Amino acid sequence: MNLAVNNTSLFLAAMLVLVALGISLWQKLGLDRDIVIGVVRAVVQLFIVGYLLKYIFRVNNLWLTLAMIGFIIFNAAWNAKKRGPGIDHALAISLLAIFVSTGVTLGVLVLSGAIKFVPSQMIPISGMIASNSMVAIGLAYRSLNSQFHDQRQGVLERLALGAGLLDASIAIVREAIRTGMSPTIDSAKTVGLVSLPGMMSGLIFAGVDPVRAIRYQIMVTFMLLSATSLGSIIACYLAYRNFYNEQKQLK
Amino acid sequence: MNSLISLEKVNYQIADQHILHDVDWQIPAGAHITLTGPSGGGKSTLLRIIAAMISKTSGTLIFDGQPIESYDPIMYRRQVSYCFQQPTLFGETVADNLAFPYQIRKQVMDTQRVVTALNNVGLSERTLHQPIIELSGGERQRVALIRNILFLPKVLLLDEVTAGLDENNKQIVHAWLRQLNEQDHVTTILITHDATEIAAADQLAKVVAGRLEVHA
Repeated sequence: MNLAVNNTSLFLAAMLVLVALGISLWQKLGLDRDIVIGVVRAVVQLFIVGYLLKYIFRVNNLWLTLAMIGFIIFNAAWNAKKRGPGIDHALAISLLAIFVSTGVTLGVLVLSGAIKFVPSQMIPISGMIASNSMVAIGLAYRSLNSQFHDQRQGVLERLALGAGLLDASIAIVREAIRTGMSPTIDSAKTVGLVSLPGMMSGLIFAGVDPVRAIRYQIMVTFMLLSATSLGSIIACYLAYRNFYNEQKQLK
Repeated sequence: MNSLISLEKVNYQIADQHILHDVDWQIPAGAHITLTGPSGGGKSTLLRIIAAMISKTSGTLIFDGQPIESYDPIMYRRQVSYCFQQPTLFGETVADNLAFPYQIRKQVMDTQRVVTALNNVGLSERTLHQPIIELSGGERQRVALIRNILFLPKVLLLDEVTAGLDENNKQIVHAWLRQLNEQDHVTTILITHDATEIAAADQLAKVVAGRLEVHA
């Protein structure tokens, strides 16, 4: 393998941070503090994760692997929840949506033999699935919030005509699911043409034949479609009722 | 006399703002009531409470012998139908709107009935496939009204629905409402500011500063 980043070269590459800092100071962007905090956090978090993963991979224990996946899912749900202010039980809904979307997708990948149940494969793949599901759910929540606000009158009229809550909300729910899924679909269309995504780039970097590397990227494309669609649909169908009270009135 | 709807000491409050005060109102089945009063007095709030679109803060509301709380709100709203002032139409065409009442009841649209309803309010069959963006304000209002009566409710609550119509169309809508009331026995309550409508009222009620005054 021709991977040659050592501490000295990392230290020298840190000069790139000075470029961003310099621009911030020169253009009075006021970002210098954020840049420093961001860089320090990135370095510390990644070093911790690096050593943690090294340990987990070495002990190769089923429960430790599952605990790590659980930790990833919880963090993803916590972040998705923040995009849904005003939605009650957003944490529980996000947890369920990310748990199911990650679980089903991982299950299919493992059963099909695409990945092996070893921590060095399960953990990074879970992270990719959960983070994409998280972004999709966050987008879907924002869409639900903005549509229930903008289309309030239309929802009220459907209710006044005797529509059930799902009939009154279905157009909004569908649009929110679409919003959650569309970045994944868009990137599936341009993958390889605009960006060489992380999975494939990483393998090529590590010296893997590009023709083999793309197989993994194809698998990633499939798994992200499944994860974002499952995550969005579960989250939207569980969250829309939150916009109504017990008397089936719009809050 | 048996009341179809009976309100006793109904109050509505948002935070410390008192919008309706101790409203008592007996509405007999088959009534055709004109509701008036200054803007911001609480007329729409009162109708929305009766329509189960919002809930009263206190008091009792009896519909057809039972408290409003005992009904499933969805089924209740199919019997006590509220039509908004300046309604929004759904989807792309008039047909999308008129199919909606059928969709929510898991039924196929009865085109014959829909066309008759269009004719009754002075719209032609051609309107059915017209895009909603091409409709005038008066046409929109009439299409919205039809949505409320394709399945006849027991009570029809109309919030200034004739305000956007010209004299000719007002006449058409009035005649149609009268027919719904007299032939189909739909109890109607119509909010209006229109002097002619007020003068022609069978029964007049007035909401002033959150209090109801009923004139025989």
